[in-house]
Amino acid sequence: MATTTEAPPIRPPDTTRRRRRIAARPAAWIVWGVVVFFFLNLLGVVASVLVSSFGQSWFDTWLPDGYTTSWYARAWDEFALLSVIVVTLEVSVLVVGLSLLIGVPAAYALARRSFPGKRLVFLVFLLPILMPPITYGIPLATVLYKFGLAGNMSGVVLANLVPSVPFVILTMTPFIEQIDPRIESAARMCGAGLRTVFLRVLTPLLVPGILAAAILVLVRTVGMFELTFLTAGPDSQTLVVALYYSMSASGIRAQQSVDAMAVIYTSMMLVLLVVALRYVNPTQLVAQVKDEPEH
Amino acid sequence: MSGAGPDRPLAHWRHRLAERGVDRQLWLLVPALVFVVALFVYPFCYGLTLSFQPTNGGPFSDYARFFSDAYERGTIWITLRIALPAALLNVLAAVPIAYRMRGRFRGKRLVTTVLVVPITLGTVLTAQGLLNFLGPTGWFNRILLATHLVDEPVRLTHNYWGVFFSLVITGFPFAFLLVLSYLSGIDPTLERAAATLGADWRRRFTQVTLPLLMPGLATTFCLTFVLAFSVFPSAVLVGNPAGETRVISLAAYQAAYERYDYPYASAIAMIMGFVELVIIAVVLAARSRFYTGSTGGKG
Amino acid sequence: MSAFSRLRLDGVSRRFGGQAALTELDLTIEAGEFIALLGPSGCGKSTALNCLAGLLPLTAGSIWQDERRIDTLPPERRGFGMVFQSYALFPHLTVRANIAFGLRMRRLPKEETRRRTAEALRLVRLEEHVDKLPGQLSGGQQQRVAIARAVVFEPSLVLMDEPLSNLDAKLRLEMRTEIRRLHQSLGLTTVYVTHDQEEALSLADRLVVLREGRVQQVGSPRELHTRPANWHVADFMGYRNLWRGRVTRVDDAVVTAESAGQRLLGEAVGDLRTGAEAVLAVRPEDIRVDGAGETRNALSATVEVVEYQGRELAAEARTDTGLLLHLRTERRIAPGDQVKLAVDPRRLLVYPDGPAHRPEDQGATR
Repeated sequence: MATTTEAPPIRPPDTTRRRRRIAARPAAWIVWGVVVFFFLNLLGVVASVLVSSFGQSWFDTWLPDGYTTSWYARAWDEFALLSVIVVTLEVSVLVVGLSLLIGVPAAYALARRSFPGKRLVFLVFLLPILMPPITYGIPLATVLYKFGLAGNMSGVVLANLVPSVPFVILTMTPFIEQIDPRIESAARMCGAGLRTVFLRVLTPLLVPGILAAAILVLVRTVGMFELTFLTAGPDSQTLVVALYYSMSASGIRAQQSVDAMAVIYTSMMLVLLVVALRYVNPTQLVAQVKDEPEH
Repeated sequence: MSGAGPDRPLAHWRHRLAERGVDRQLWLLVPALVFVVALFVYPFCYGLTLSFQPTNGGPFSDYARFFSDAYERGTIWITLRIALPAALLNVLAAVPIAYRMRGRFRGKRLVTTVLVVPITLGTVLTAQGLLNFLGPTGWFNRILLATHLVDEPVRLTHNYWGVFFSLVITGFPFAFLLVLSYLSGIDPTLERAAATLGADWRRRFTQVTLPLLMPGLATTFCLTFVLAFSVFPSAVLVGNPAGETRVISLAAYQAAYERYDYPYASAIAMIMGFVELVIIAVVLAARSRFYTGSTGGKG
Repeated sequence: MSAFSRLRLDGVSRRFGGQAALTELDLTIEAGEFIALLGPSGCGKSTALNCLAGLLPLTAGSIWQDERRIDTLPPERRGFGMVFQSYALFPHLTVRANIAFGLRMRRLPKEETRRRTAEALRLVRLEEHVDKLPGQLSGGQQQRVAIARAVVFEPSLVLMDEPLSNLDAKLRLEMRTEIRRLHQSLGLTTVYVTHDQEEALSLADRLVVLREGRVQQVGSPRELHTRPANWHVADFMGYRNLWRGRVTRVDDAVVTAESAGQRLLGEAVGDLRTGAEAVLAVRPEDIRVDGAGETRNALSATVEVVEYQGRELAAEARTDTGLLLHLRTERRIAPGDQVKLAVDPRRLLVYPDGPAHRPEDQGATR
């Protein structure tokens, strides 16, 4: 797994092969054409939001009549974005911290031990990721409301932990597996107890993996709509949920101010993404598949 | 400490447990297990029992209600009609592109990075962008009109296609990156070996690479399908939530948060989970028929 | 934690989910001894070492340090040092910090930690590499760090798990001498696991040969070299010629046996009767090629394969009756040559064979 801060393994540049790949084979052109078409549309999707958020008014023309930044100020006030962003950050930090605290020890046990029922335990951890959030989100929200835990921040944090803890476990397990268990044995033979092994030997070695897991959980939590939507109260909405509400209530508010809010959300996600990509491989944002193991 | 006396039965138990690999380190699992049981298994079971305790009628009456009402029953079909083709398209389109890009070339990391963007943006923002971009006065229709490909704007939002596109935009990069990582997990020397044995590129792909890739494709399909199956915000925002994109998650949401009928909402959620698991089970059963061991590469 | 005068393993067994890896190991280790656990891969030698270290819980039996039972203690409280096959150095710590780790765990005063670390560094001659990380060292240097780390806190017992198997041939010989030197100068009690019989013979005071989790023989290097207890041990100790045959005559310790039409005289190891199935074992270097005048155990054979091995040649020859022989000689021979061979009857060992001596059916002749 390429979860370290190192760049991917460097290989001597193979210029002749690269030349040949771009050579004009029809199949290659079709493939690249599809990719370019996809990217153009993606660009259109993002840019139209961006342009619109700066446009004074934009009806039935290629570009808006004039440009202004006033929508941002309006969105900031109308949607109380400051408090929403604070809530989003609080929720994310809590979810990241708690999921690491719960998930890493479990990942360690799963990576190092084999015991009866291990497959079952693994399946239980896998299910929250395999299930659509709405499926378990509705019963979960019902239970949380029953105990008075939903409709406020604790509910949002608890609900977001449900996929995050398994996610940490699944990200960290292969990472721990690739650390030679004999290093821990060596530490114990030197007289270190379990706690010391964890703090002095394992943690320094796991820092890259923990960082990667943390950043992945952060990105997922900020972007998680369904679970937050089902458990949030008026004071505990994260940015993405607030965005949804403002969108489904559009018509009341100007389109552009919703766009401005979307841009704020986008830039927040992009900042996170840029930070994340310093530590993890793009593929890891998608799944726990090992992309380019290092050795 | 002495070997005789009260120490014996304890040591005996320790020996028995040691043989099965059980020792103190397994305590590390406990917090996560407690957590998953309390916040996933218990709510799920709670929802399951709740679904058998409808506000009126016998234990199965909520399920009967769902299946007897064509408007409700139809949501399953609507969801599958959106999710299955979208997942299939995403996986199938990803294979040739990933196959072509699996080597190393300049800008590969840039391509993969750009592909990650829609995943991190999430469905809500994608929906907003699609509304602007594909709408009747959006750039897409303007280009079509300007190039005289169409005479009047094509309707691509607030219907099936809007939801479908939103699933492709978020789902395709997801599928692509997964397939790419599975492909780079296959030892490239296998294809070179096949070439020395006289196989042309088509046969190298169909006889060597594809069979090794199939399990990965099945997994990718499952994960992409899960994403597509739970489509909720885009069905509301870019779809037609009262009609052709009234997906099952929307039905469940409306039952819970608009009609406050939690037993019925739970019943729908259970049906939803069941349908999804059936499809995944079918795909995984098919997957188990392929070779799933090491693919020799760096994966 | 303190030194002991005797360490006793009593029926130590380890099973993995119904699969026995080590069965009833009884062994007494005296202070200062160098013991080698020897056997082919999968024989249970590493399992035994890990059980002794405390890294693997026992599934039966007990371990006693003098009168104290220690198999219930976690590894960090047994006070043993261990050298691992993969070295298992802490990759994030410098050479100095790696070596000092065990002392720091024991909360020794800073000054003493510094002094003893420096001493250990000098002992393994790594003074100029103190501030490097393990990744910057060569295999041999890493190995020396691993050894220094294991001995620096003066453990009552040092365990070594195939410490030389990752090194190239030249370095392996050097490190072997180094380990023996350390053992002698520090007087450490050592248990050493290896699959290399030559290594075990040259290092250990006493050898324990294991096979399929069971002890086959415990003895001095000389005993193992000249008189393996059964043909499995013989096979492992370099008796490359193993012929299946039948006993035709018994005169006390001298037996006559027939294998592939050849009548051979040898020494009986174990209980043999006329007519019993037997395995005949000879080392390649004990077959003489200049056996022209010899009357006992004379064989005439045709050379089939010859390998050049420096001063000597290793060759395969076959008698007219079909008996395949592995031999070593300084004589120049070539494939197709007819040779007269002879074996000293004292060097030809005859072992009982048959179902009782063969847990699973495997060919004795190779």
